[in-house]
Amino acid sequence: MSKIKPRGKVPKTASVDEIIEIKTLIRHPMHSGRMKDKDGKKIPKRIINKFLVKFNGKQVFGMDLEPSISTNPYIAFPFKAKKTGIFDFEWTDDNGDKYNMSRKMTVF
Amino acid sequence: MKQIKMKIISRRNVLHLLGGATGSVLFSKYALSKPNLALNKIKEISKNAKVDEVDLFLDVPEIAENGNQVKVSFDIESPMTEEDFVKTVYILADGNPAPNVAKFSFTTDMGACSATTRMRLSKTQNIYLLAEYNNGNFAMTKSKVKVTIGGCGG
Repeated sequence: MSKIKPRGKVPKTASVDEIIEIKTLIRHPMHSGRMKDKDGKKIPKRIINKFLVKFNGKQVFGMDLEPSISTNPYIAFPFKAKKTGIFDFEWTDDNGDKYNMSRKMTVF
Repeated sequence: MKQIKMKIISRRNVLHLLGGATGSVLFSKYALSKPNLALNKIKEISKNAKVDEVDLFLDVPEIAENGNQVKVSFDIESPMTEEDFVKTVYILADGNPAPNVAKFSFTTDMGACSATTRMRLSKTQNIYLLAEYNNGNFAMTKSKVKVTIGGCGG
């Protein structure tokens, strides 16, 4: 199985009060628990069930994912730039694993 | 990006839908109609409160050739201030094995209430967008997606 790898696109710079768009994607199979493998056996459920975004330590966006979300979940959302800071993204897997990523944004 | 403004649901439609949902709960035993899981879920989330009809932008394709990757995005007009903001947004689908698709938690730091993701659809069905405001009000809209090839496996 391919390695689970988060990716994110945050503008490096933004002006004050500008609404930016943040795009994220994580490579993950998102097994819904209904799909079958080549031998006809059911693949156990394993999905990313939570996605959290913090800006300078404060939670700004959250999403609960269900099995109806596609493979390699893509999530895009807005953010109003006010000051320079660091975004922390966190994806939580059904098996308890957490995948993290940080991005810096400069506001001038 | 092409934005499709969805038809505002009339009061009659909402009553009809809610009535239909109640009816299906009452009569599901007698197999008169399959219960609409998504509408039941909406009632559960809103705790039977009145669900308002307001301008919500739900952008889904009219026809999805592949049910495995269906782009869904929404944009809800809101000032996103401490006094008035959208707290939670739910996406529900009434033809999937489970009605819930996603739940988004918004904060005032975001400045706007919109998001984009991709979902799986097993067959042609209605997509519901339910928004919960900070004052406890609810609003919803729905849109039909025709699915050529289902994407839930099995």
